[in-house]
Amino acid sequence: MSAVIEGKRGFRTWLNKRLPVDEFVATQLTGYYAPKNFNVWYFFGSLALLMFVMQIVTGIFVTMHFKPGDATAWDSVQKMVREVPYMWLIQPMHAVGASFFFIVVYLHMARAFLYGSYKAPRELLWVIGMLIYLALMAEAFMGYVLPYGNMSYWGAQVIINIFGTIPGIGPDLVEWIRGDYGIGDATLNRFFSLHVVALPFIIALLVMLHLVALRQVGSNNPDGIEIKEKLGADGKPLDGIPFHPYYTLKDIVGVGIFLTLFAIVVFFVPTFGGLFMEAPNFEPASLVSTPEHIAPVWYFTPYYAILRAIPDQRLGALAMGLSIAAFLFLPWLDRAKNKSIRYRGLMSKLLLAMFFTAFLVLMWLGLKPADPLYVTLARICTALYFAFFILLPFVSKADGNGPVPERVTYNAH
Amino acid sequence: MSDHAADAAVPEVDESRRKFLIAATAGTGAVGAVLTAVPFVASWNPSESARAAGLPTEVDLSKMEPGQMATFFWRKKQIYVVKRTPEMLASLTSHDGELKDPKSESSDQPAYAKNNARSLKPEVLVLIGTCTHLGCLPKTRFTPGDASVMANWPGGFFCPCHGSKFDLAGRVFEGSPASVNLVVPPYSFDGDNKLIIGVDAAPEKGAA
Repeated sequence: MSAVIEGKRGFRTWLNKRLPVDEFVATQLTGYYAPKNFNVWYFFGSLALLMFVMQIVTGIFVTMHFKPGDATAWDSVQKMVREVPYMWLIQPMHAVGASFFFIVVYLHMARAFLYGSYKAPRELLWVIGMLIYLALMAEAFMGYVLPYGNMSYWGAQVIINIFGTIPGIGPDLVEWIRGDYGIGDATLNRFFSLHVVALPFIIALLVMLHLVALRQVGSNNPDGIEIKEKLGADGKPLDGIPFHPYYTLKDIVGVGIFLTLFAIVVFFVPTFGGLFMEAPNFEPASLVSTPEHIAPVWYFTPYYAILRAIPDQRLGALAMGLSIAAFLFLPWLDRAKNKSIRYRGLMSKLLLAMFFTAFLVLMWLGLKPADPLYVTLARICTALYFAFFILLPFVSKADGNGPVPERVTYNAH
Repeated sequence: MSDHAADAAVPEVDESRRKFLIAATAGTGAVGAVLTAVPFVASWNPSESARAAGLPTEVDLSKMEPGQMATFFWRKKQIYVVKRTPEMLASLTSHDGELKDPKSESSDQPAYAKNNARSLKPEVLVLIGTCTHLGCLPKTRFTPGDASVMANWPGGFFCPCHGSKFDLAGRVFEGSPASVNLVVPPYSFDGDNKLIIGVDAAPEKGAA
């Protein structure tokens, strides 16, 4: 189908003969039917894309003033925020943006947990999403090291040394990652290259694949039933509405609210009480003083709490790796017939609530010092965290098969 | 017409020859790709200047009093040097049962430091000041009985990051996230007070 009328003249016709602009809009936006029962959880996909663009744009400007290297990095960041016009705004937008990016991504992932959006036929959509999450973690970690504050330095020390626990190759691998016997100039420069060139490219590619896969299988919805199975006389899903203009306009409302919250944090509480920017990172990196208490930024703390909950370094690192890798297997661990939590039994609801609780408590514990009480609590939550993945196949099979409605539940506004 | 003639002239495809050529081309390409990756991967190793900066370090211990600790740098790592008092050395024998690796069987140290005091000379302890858990700096908690570390604390090191505890020979206590004792770097002495970090002691001296 072509929107271009044969023989018609004008720029649009000229353009469309050379670049399929109208066809793209017709198939991907106005002709892409999304379920009409989306709720507030469905804002976070487009907001994640917004944050990606925000980090790229602010990052381009931060890079103009940043000088990688152990002797120059700290000073260049201080100089840009104090002396370069408006960099007091753009640099914190980039730093706070990282935290907002992860808030949005975690909510986006929680949505998939709630409504079974990872289940067939969306397994690959979920796996690609998880690869984006992994790449984002690497991107955020390296970005955090670049300003070379004291938490940058010691956080990097701890994270890189996790690779040293791999039997046999560990110590050599750590030296290879750092390019020196300790974190230094070589480490900082390669992190800069990966942070501004390699990883953004990889993330952009994965985001594209994520969207292509989404167009192929279509969006899930809060009821977890496939709208493609109930088609109208025109061949369009009865419960679907065109993505554009309906969801593009809805997403703009989400963007407005989200950017308001973002602006409030950037202008008034950029450190967010030490959560988004940690106090020791306002001192330059020092090889001779470990911060009293090393904690990664909040979005890594659940895994960090798992790492130190295990009283053995190798097993701790292994548990941490498994806790992240487990997400990849979710589509195959969940054996329920129904997707959405709405049509699953009480056991499934309790199991998911337990997992969300364990994740949030671990997030909080990872920010706390390693006191015996906190370590005990972290061990309990680590057990619950893994219990979710172990119990899921049985619980989902037992009580995820109840009746589902024929059509999506929807109340006109 | 001539097209038909050309078609007829095409010999039958030799499938096994085609398979062999595809495999040989793809194989050569794959070997080439792997070999090309070598320089890129190897470029991440420490540079010549980083290696040169990792040469041995000589330090003078003559001004250290018994019970004191001094720190030096070697290969971007802090080196802890403690002149242990007789009481400190005596404290090492009291808690073998509470240690993960009291005989340093699975820990990293030169042969001449694989003994009860984990040192060449019993009174001088030389350690890499990097927690064997994840690389933080363990802090000194030399006062015996410091209940903020643990009950019956014999004196030693405490890592504030993840709570690993080590005694005055750098041996790790049970219940710590670290699994092995603090690492002893290669070192030797030139005379009584000149410590050379990075050069192993001669074997005959190590046997002493």
